[in-house]
Amino acid sequence: MFSLERFHAHCGFPDFFSCATVSSVVGKFYLSPLLRILSFLSLVLAGQLSLQCIFFPPLEKGHGEESVLRPLYMDVQATTPLDPRVLDSMLPYLMHYYGNPHSRTHAYGWESESAMERARQQVASLIGADPREIIFTSGATESNNLAIKGVARFYKSRKKHIITTQTEHKCVLDSCRYLETEGFRVTYLPVKRNGLIDLKELENALQPDTSLVSIMTVNNEIGVKQPISDIGQICSSHKVFFHTDAAQAVGKIPMDVNDMKIDLMSISGHKIYGPKGVGAIYVRRRPRVRLEPLQSGGGQERGMRSGTVPTPLAVGLGAACEVSQQEMEYDYKRISVLADRLVTKIMTEIPDVVMNGDPEHHYPGCINLSFAYVEGESLLMALKDVALSSGSACTSASLEPSYVLRAIGTDEDLAHSSIRFGIGRFTTEEEVDYTVQKCIQHVKRLREMSPLWEMVQDGVDLKSIKWTQH
Amino acid sequence: MAASSRAQVLRLYRALLRESQRFTAYGYRTYAIRRIRDAFRENKHLKDSEEIQTLVNKARTNLEIIHRQVTIGQLYSTQKLVIESPENRDNLII
Repeated sequence: MFSLERFHAHCGFPDFFSCATVSSVVGKFYLSPLLRILSFLSLVLAGQLSLQCIFFPPLEKGHGEESVLRPLYMDVQATTPLDPRVLDSMLPYLMHYYGNPHSRTHAYGWESESAMERARQQVASLIGADPREIIFTSGATESNNLAIKGVARFYKSRKKHIITTQTEHKCVLDSCRYLETEGFRVTYLPVKRNGLIDLKELENALQPDTSLVSIMTVNNEIGVKQPISDIGQICSSHKVFFHTDAAQAVGKIPMDVNDMKIDLMSISGHKIYGPKGVGAIYVRRRPRVRLEPLQSGGGQERGMRSGTVPTPLAVGLGAACEVSQQEMEYDYKRISVLADRLVTKIMTEIPDVVMNGDPEHHYPGCINLSFAYVEGESLLMALKDVALSSGSACTSASLEPSYVLRAIGTDEDLAHSSIRFGIGRFTTEEEVDYTVQKCIQHVKRLREMSPLWEMVQDGVDLKSIKWTQH
Repeated sequence: MAASSRAQVLRLYRALLRESQRFTAYGYRTYAIRRIRDAFRENKHLKDSEEIQTLVNKARTNLEIIHRQVTIGQLYSTQKLVIESPENRDNLII
């Protein structure tokens, strides 16, 4: 039940104003717009209302006592909470040091610029790059667009071919599709059943006029780690630029742009416990990678991305990268242990669970499990105390099963029953145990209700059934 | 200034843990406590006083960070997580 007292306390109202009539009428129909306006007017007339009280306090609609408590967060591939150290580094630039980093003439600009350059150095040192090779963007989507469209368009007079994979992020696939309308040819490499690409196929797909190969390091849906060093080796020997979307990999596994022969790399702030709305792109200088900018303007960021660099966000990204560099080993060890615990516990308790993606070349913090004979959406609804996702956030709005699972050859029904568990820096053993327990409980319950499960228990082979048409 | 004595380091350790307990957010609280314990445990064998001094300075900076973030968390606190309620915790049979 919505609490009026809490609303008043939030607005700074004196308590005597919560008279019974107003409370009962308003409290019961609080979500009705008409009565909301009436209550607002009555409060204005009483001369007690301060204008900040137009917005209601952030309470979710309670459907029972259980949902008054917040669910556990097990969806770190979608986004991550801010690390307290990152927020601490950002706050001064949100409060006092608000200058524009491109203002050359006064101290506000200078201090902002030096913070931005420090952040650039922090990002660069995480990936083994030079700070001059880092460009701040609004996120990995913009970085991917810049890399693919920018490089393709710059070299379009002589190079018209691009290679990517079928399991890339939507922004990469969409950029490639857009370039096809501009006259480029794109090869979408298929992946093997374990989610990895075939290096021979990649080499065969390379043509004399290939300008760019774009393959993501760690997949955000199934957690598969592509053999980036080998791909980089192939690309550099054929003199083709290699771009990798490392949004899920940076700060979690060691990345070095020189060892792995990477020419372009996309970094996302909010995947590494940094702020949302900022990212970076690494653009190699030796040998120089040229790209056509997407955004025209004052020539900031070496002319590749015009626009004021958001200092607080850039500082946050830099701090997140520095923290990740220090904590990488510790986090990786812990996350591997927790991931093992989750998978082992689930697989020993319930049969017919498939883990999507190669078990060896895999980032442990992203676990995608398919529960046979259970519908994925109904399992997600049942696990209402845990924030999970089936597939990625960018495809979750549509009813289609994830294209990544389709690309690795998962059966239609298994693709519909997949859930992605994300384990991050702040995930505890308790949370993993709770998730596992609820998952086992609900999978068992849903299977009890499923006629398909009954048939399987009786020994019927589901693939042999001839479903009648009505 | 004299090199950090064992007593000073222990005092710092206890102060860090005590401050971390005050985090309102479950994830931050558990992470801070766990990380502090593991970090001090990992470095307890160190003998070089310079190394120890750098780490002690780092710990002091972190104590200030934790203190500020604890305060901010309390200003903007929200509801607890499902797992923090006592009935839900007792129900964990695994």
